[in-house]
Amino acid sequence: MVREETARHDMETNPPTEPVIEFRDVAYVLPNRQPLLSGLNLQVQRGETLVLLGRSGSGKTTTLKLINRLLTPSGGEVRVNGIPTSDSDVIKLRRSIGYVIQEVGLFPHFTVERNIGLVPRIGGWTTERIHRRVEELLQLVGLEANLASRYPHQLSGGQRQRVGVARALAADPAILLMDEPFGALDALTRDQLQREFLSLQQGLNKTVVFVTHDLREALRLGSRIALMDAGRLVTVLPPSEFVRSSDSLAAAYVQAFEGGLDSVSNRGAS
Amino acid sequence: MNITHFFLENREQIVELTLEHLWLVGISTLFAVLIGIPLGILSAHRPLWNKPVLGTANIIQTIPSLALFGFLLPVPWLGDRADRLAILALTLYSLLPVIRNTYTGIRGVDPAVLEAGRGMGLTGRQLLLQVELPLALSVILSGIRVAVVVSVGLATIAAAIGAGGLGEFIFRGLAMVNNQLILAGAIPAAILALSADFGLGWLEKRLRPR
Repeated sequence: MVREETARHDMETNPPTEPVIEFRDVAYVLPNRQPLLSGLNLQVQRGETLVLLGRSGSGKTTTLKLINRLLTPSGGEVRVNGIPTSDSDVIKLRRSIGYVIQEVGLFPHFTVERNIGLVPRIGGWTTERIHRRVEELLQLVGLEANLASRYPHQLSGGQRQRVGVARALAADPAILLMDEPFGALDALTRDQLQREFLSLQQGLNKTVVFVTHDLREALRLGSRIALMDAGRLVTVLPPSEFVRSSDSLAAAYVQAFEGGLDSVSNRGAS
Repeated sequence: MNITHFFLENREQIVELTLEHLWLVGISTLFAVLIGIPLGILSAHRPLWNKPVLGTANIIQTIPSLALFGFLLPVPWLGDRADRLAILALTLYSLLPVIRNTYTGIRGVDPAVLEAGRGMGLTGRQLLLQVELPLALSVILSGIRVAVVVSVGLATIAAAIGAGGLGEFIFRGLAMVNNQLILAGAIPAAILALSADFGLGWLEKRLRPR
């Protein structure tokens, strides 16, 4: 409820609320003609965290990659800040969007500092400014400043993912795309990073599209949850409504989730 | 006359032919690197190029070296000077390990790293120069190492067409049934091959990404 109020508040202060990201009847077909997405219409508002929830193969990651044009739609169009991505310079588009993936993909031959500072460096920032930015970002994602000179292989999984987030934030993009960023982490680290993500997002107010197959994560992080199945968007609901949704697939998710909790308490009781 | 004596007496000629040998190997390796690395990159990035490029290099490799030197003899301009011929032949032989290792090295870069790089907005060129090549470097270098070691050996055959190098001693020694002459060619060639192997191997280890 609080989230919806903030959203309404935003709309009042920024009157022409053009969605930051917009899918207009988007389809994506593989070169072998296998359709992965069809008839996708979706809008992402400024400052919200939209979670794409669904099974593997439901089209979540495809949807995400259409935003920074790692994939090009076969039909329809994707707009970022009102401009069709097909009309924009793909390199500029990607540099204006932070991208975090599950495997992190840190450059193994670069130190943490160079990893984080790469996009600013390409963007022509001074060494001094990059250095300050790296320090600031390490602090923001909860890492010690002395990690800056380490190489990725010297970090733990959680630390690597934090560096991945810091790297995505380096040039201060307004949009952040996150593809199961915490999926490969152990439960405790994941929990901690989710908490940190929430407080980080409160301060930064980025427009985030977050892919996950974990309902718990979706409920926790999302302002709205977009449920996908077999290449189609099933429904888009705020978390509070999602748990009460009459949609059969959404209900199945909630039931499976609650089932997990029940079975634990049942085992405790017996 | 013992072998040390022979070496001392002929040291000037040994040094000269060793330098000639080094020149043949060095210049042909340089050409192989200049041609092979771009071809390797091309076949790694465009799957369609992969088979024809690697296939051709493979076929060249199967031609017996003496025959290849012979084939090239009638080629105008090239046939005029034996060292040009030798350099071309050695370059052709060195191509395969360079192309193949460039291809393998680049294909071996973690796809997640490439996806992250692309997603961050690196251009194809930036991705190649800052990510792919540095990460593939040690594999490419090991291909160059193989090329050099093989070339040092093959270059001795170049003397058969009069291109000079340490092979001169060997062929002369064979003709005169003189073991000392053969060794005067074979020992420096072996030392060259071993030191190239060791030196490049050391460099390769240093450049290996963690």
